[in-house]
Order: sequence, then C-alpha cells, then structure tokens
Amino acid sequence: MPVLFAHALVQQSYSTLNPASPQARLVDRLGDSMFITAAVVFGLVVLALLWAVFRRRDSDEGPAEDARREWPLRTSALVATAVTTAILFVFLILDVSVGRSITTNPGKGALQIRVTGHQWWWEVQYRDSLPKNWVTTANEIHIPVGRPVVFELKSTDVIHSFWPISLSPKKDQIPGDENSLWFQADSAGVYRGQCAEFCGHQHAKMAFLVIADPPAEFASWLARQRDTALTPTDALARRGKEVFLASPCVMCHAISGTPAGSRIGPDLTHLASRRTLAAGTLPNTRDNLIGWIVNPQVIKPGVRMPPNQFSGPDLLALVAYLETLK
Amino acid sequence: MCSRFRDSVILSAVLALSLAACQREERNFQGLPSGSAVANPKVREVELVPGGNVPADSRPGPYEENAYAVSQGKTLYNQYNCSGCHFQGGGGIGPPLMDADWIYGSRPANIYETIAEGRPNGMPSFGRKIVPDQIWQITAYVRSMSGLLRKDVAPGRTDDMQVRPQEQSAQKAKPVQSAIPKSAEIP
Repeated sequence: MPVLFAHALVQQSYSTLNPASPQARLVDRLGDSMFITAAVVFGLVVLALLWAVFRRRDSDEGPAEDARREWPLRTSALVATAVTTAILFVFLILDVSVGRSITTNPGKGALQIRVTGHQWWWEVQYRDSLPKNWVTTANEIHIPVGRPVVFELKSTDVIHSFWPISLSPKKDQIPGDENSLWFQADSAGVYRGQCAEFCGHQHAKMAFLVIADPPAEFASWLARQRDTALTPTDALARRGKEVFLASPCVMCHAISGTPAGSRIGPDLTHLASRRTLAAGTLPNTRDNLIGWIVNPQVIKPGVRMPPNQFSGPDLLALVAYLETLK
Repeated sequence: MCSRFRDSVILSAVLALSLAACQREERNFQGLPSGSAVANPKVREVELVPGGNVPADSRPGPYEENAYAVSQGKTLYNQYNCSGCHFQGGGGIGPPLMDADWIYGSRPANIYETIAEGRPNGMPSFGRKIVPDQIWQITAYVRSMSGLLRKDVAPGRTDDMQVRPQEQSAQKAKPVQSAIPKSAEIP
C-alpha cells in the first residue's frame, strides 16, 4: 500500500500521516480514503485506456455490426461518468461532515490557551479568573492528555499559521483578528509544531513543541509555572541577576518577581525549564544559550534580538542566573 | 518582422533593467561592526548646555538610506515606549518630533546623543539599555517623521494606528431613523 509506505517514511512525531488526536485522525482518514479511491479510479482508467489502444479491430464488418458493438461502450462510459459524479458527491458530504465535527465547539471543561504569533516565536498564555494566576511562557505548550484544549490564536505583526502537525490541521493567526482551534491529545508525548504561513526571514525557524502530559503532571507543571522567579542563592547567579537588570535584556524580556516586565520578547521566568531556545531552533543547553545571547544574528539572521556585548565574567554570571530560572 | 524583433529586444532590455531594480538595499542583520566609531560614538558626558542647538557631529547616521532599518526603528519606537511621551510624533508629555523645531539639534549625531544620554527635564538616558545599532535605527526613524529622509526610505504604512477599524471588520450596525434636523426642514 502506498499510504502505508508513506507512513513508514516520515518521522514519528512530525507527520500529518501519524495522527495523535481524534481531530487529526478524522482528517487523516478522509485523506487516506480519498487517496485510495483516487488510486483505484486511476488504475481503472489506465486499464480502460490500454484496452482501447490494444483491442482488435475488424475492418470488414458493416455499419450495422459497428452500431451493435458501440452500444455497450457508450453505456459503460455513461455509467463511469455517473459513478464518478456519485463518488465526488460522497466526498463532498464526507468533507463537510469532517470539517463540521472538528470545528464544533467542545463545550465547557475545555482548557483555554492563548497563542500569539510573533516574528519569529510563539507567546503562550494560560489565563485564569485571577490574573495573578496567569502563566505566560513561550514556544512550549503543555496540555493535559484527553482533555479538549481550545487555542485562541492571535498575531501582533504579520500573518502566521499555527500548525501542531500530528495533532490538528493548521489555522491562521491574523493581526487584529482572533481565530480558534481545538483538539485533544490521545496520549502523552512531545509533538512538534511549525509556523505554516510564510512570515518573513526566519519563518522556517519558528517552531514550537506541544507536550502532552497526564492530567496530574500537567496540573503540577502549571502550578510551578505560576511561581515567580526565586532570588538566586549563590553569589555568581546573584551577580548575574544584577547584570540582567542593568543590561539591554530588560527592554524586551520579563522575569516575574523582578522589575523586568517588558512583553516584547519571550518571558524568561521559567526559561531553564524549557527544552528549546529561539522557537525550536536550538536545544536549551548552556553553550547554546551563551551563543544565542552573544550573537543571535548568526544563529537566526534577522531575528529581533540584537547582538549583545558583555564582558566574559558578566556573561558567565548572566548565564548562571538564567540557568536558575527553572 | 524586423520591427517586432526590435520591439522584443527593447522589451527584454526593459525587463532586465527592472529586475536589477529589485535589489534595493542590503539588510544588515549583524548590525554595525563592533569597535567602529559609528557603533561606539563618542558622546559628551556632561557639559550641560540646555536649549543650545549645538551640532556636535555632522556625519550622516548609518541608516539614513536604509528602509529596512528605518522600519525597524519605527517598530522599536513603539515597543520601547518612545510613544509613551512623544506619542506618534505629535508630542504630549515630551516635545513633538514631527515638526521642524529641534531643541537639541536635528543631525543624526544630535538625536543619537539625545537618546543615549538623555536630556534635562524628563528624557531618560537609554545608552545602557538600547544597543547602539538600535539607537541608530530609532534615530533614522525620528528623522523620517519630519521628512528628513528620502521618501522611498521613510516607512509608508502603519498597521496599528487606525482611527477606526477597517471597513471590512466593522461591526454590523442596526440602522436607526433619526429625526430630521432643523436645517433640513423645508422653510
């Protein structure tokens, strides 16, 4: 089966052919059924064509014999046209019903997450009736397994498109407008997502992770994220905090519990708990973090963060501080 | 036949020329070379001269001819909250930036100095908070507000300063019949 072959070719967590939610599975099944039907129809058409090319022709028979032979041909052409039309109508109905069932509101009890697209990263916000419980993070979306999650999709600059690849079809994020999308993950795991609308220089390096946790684990993650950043205990990290607060970092980044509160760049309150840097571009390691701070323009040319000049000791202290932001 | 050949030669020459026009400018993501005089301009430390229009340096700024950098400057102008005092150039808490009056000079180096070092009575010093490259971008944008940059370099679009939503996103109104005003009555 070509479909099975295609399934085997692509990487596990990075494919629409490997659905991990009821919504993605419906779309995948629709795609598979269209592919298989089209393949069968294509095979039949090729067979008919070959038969038409290679069939025997007797030239010495009269016009009456010709007419007798033409009748079944004409009938089968008519039947084929009717069947084709019927198949297309069946697909129309299937398509509309799949579209309706994945866009129907999941009702109450769904988790609301606001995802705002920026050039070139994702701001993720978990809201609450108490604003002090709001959690803002970036590029990493934790969701509970088996519970519907509604995403409110926004953008502040240009059109982006939110695409949690194996979990859901994509949806555009349009500046000045709000879109929404919902799905629920079947099983725990880390799924990759990607911006799916060309949004400028670093569109390709605008990825995110969806991390589906068991409900209890998700609740404890959310509780940890609500904490403000702790004042570091060791001297180096304390020095790093001073460096951070006196540097250009504070013009764009926020760390809750400190005077830094700008919302232009990603919130760094729990930076060290995240797996990637720069919207899925680099694994979050010490070396990558240093490289990213010193010259992000080498790693992601055009990114809004400028190259920064720190003395060696200041840089080490700064990174030591950022690593305490668990 | 011959004239058609000549026409097509002329047409392809025009097309080739217009293709060459596509490359307008370089986008310099690395910023200014560090250690250069422009990246680390010498700025007066004190020497308080309030009110005096003292042209310190008549060199052009590095981004006066770069539309990309000016538009970055425009974004930063709002993100760094210059608009908090100067508004969209009309001024309010701080002086207006889109008119012809300059208290501390209109040259790029003057404006750089104003942003980096601050000015008496309210303008904070941003020299240690904004990297030089971005100060130069904001400088270029500030100059574009009063038309001091070339027209094809100055930003041509504002997405977030609409006096009302665009027509396509207007709320559907319920038409109401209003009373006929006095002025419209037949005398």
